[in-house]
Amino acid sequence: MRRIEAVDRSIVKIFFDGQLIEAYEGDSVAAALLSTGMKSIRDTAVTATPRGPFCMMGVCFDCLVEIDGLPNRQACMIQVYDGMVVERQSGAAAIASDSPSHNKQSTGKQSSGKT
Amino acid sequence: MSRSFDAIVIGGGMVGAATAFGLQRLGMKTVMLDEGDTAFRAARGNFGLVWVQSKGIDFPSYARWTETSASHWQSLSDEIKEITGIETGYDRPGGFDICLSEEELTAREDKYRRLSQHSNSFRYEMLGPEELRERLPGLGPDVVGGGFSPNDGHANPLYLLRGLHTAFAAKSGTIEMEAGVTAIGNKSGVFAVTTPKGVFKAPKLVLAAGLGNRPLAPMVGLDVPVEPLRGQIMVTERLQPFLNHPISTVRQTVEGSVMLGDSHEDVGFDNNTSAAIMQEIADRAVRKFPVLKRAQIVRTWGALRVMTPDGHPIYAQSSSQPGAFTAVCHSGVTLAAGHAYAWAEAVRDGAIPPELMAMNPERFSTERVPDATH
Repeated sequence: MRRIEAVDRSIVKIFFDGQLIEAYEGDSVAAALLSTGMKSIRDTAVTATPRGPFCMMGVCFDCLVEIDGLPNRQACMIQVYDGMVVERQSGAAAIASDSPSHNKQSTGKQSSGKT
Repeated sequence: MSRSFDAIVIGGGMVGAATAFGLQRLGMKTVMLDEGDTAFRAARGNFGLVWVQSKGIDFPSYARWTETSASHWQSLSDEIKEITGIETGYDRPGGFDICLSEEELTAREDKYRRLSQHSNSFRYEMLGPEELRERLPGLGPDVVGGGFSPNDGHANPLYLLRGLHTAFAAKSGTIEMEAGVTAIGNKSGVFAVTTPKGVFKAPKLVLAAGLGNRPLAPMVGLDVPVEPLRGQIMVTERLQPFLNHPISTVRQTVEGSVMLGDSHEDVGFDNNTSAAIMQEIADRAVRKFPVLKRAQIVRTWGALRVMTPDGHPIYAQSSSQPGAFTAVCHSGVTLAAGHAYAWAEAVRDGAIPPELMAMNPERFSTERVPDATH
């Protein structure tokens, strides 16, 4: 997948699973990830099937990713910003026990691939 | 041009589909008529409890009927899976009611006590906050206690509905969609039901159209005084399992979604959602399980329960037009096994069994004799 027009917006750097990705200001996270050629950005909660952005308008929930530690964010509905840390959403979101700052700590556990 | 069957079921929701499947399974050639998406479709808005602990308080026949259906639910679930491969997600680990005030706790205990008075198989435990917390880790500090009944379970209502439709079709039942009924005739004991999909004839007819039963019932000499009662439901993102039991207001599905609900609003034929009610549902859910505070809500809906004046079901055969039956309830999931088995047999046999007699709608027209001792 590639952009059909030259872009004159400023470059925004984000990370996906630790890999640096150059996106453009105004891109949705989903568009930024698709532009690199990747198709699958999550594994489903029930059968661990790889999935990627589909509807690009907030309806299908197939583009879920973890953004800055928050799980199950819709990549097509959120714009990139510099330094954003995006992780593959693998399985269901972890339940935070008593820590108010949700998932930062649990992201490691979460990638173990819940069915 | 008309088509003839052994039985016609009007309604393709939870009650209609279970009844139609049950009749077809007994060897009766059955057609199920579904009005289409203009109907209010309570069967698409269910919470998914197979719930015994709150049904039929001071109305023993409903309590026993609920227990009967719940006790056959595993068989129904197994049978659907065997025929269609569809899993309903049925599980019966026992269900809790969680109380946030002493008043709620007292009221709950009173209900259990009254329910157990006329039931041999209803079991319950009242639990203080500490005992409850041991059984349900993660409860919030506002929880004062609750009740548990091993009789309760839950299932995925949409898989149940699809399973019933698919099993009915697999057994060569006929489904007609967009077939809202415009007229019902009766000639020498054979009913002729007119729809946009043609005329259907059969000696047996079951009205199982939810709120649609009200206008249909007089066509066959029945009276079904149902009213809508709205419930709103919120569904969270998929979360890792944290809740192994259904709660009357919160349940986690096999897939990980958490459903929040149990609102009751008398707002007529309005199946929208409202911020005020959802706020209340969310607030109570978070007080029960603080981990839900950060759960994202991905879907909400409103649906209309099918309520009779006393909240208990209606089962009846028309006395002026025998062969015409009606089944009406707001617990289509819990009672699905009852409808697929015992109720279908009642329709086939042409007689309402004694245990369902008390649920005749004539109870609404009988004036209560005032208590002279007051």
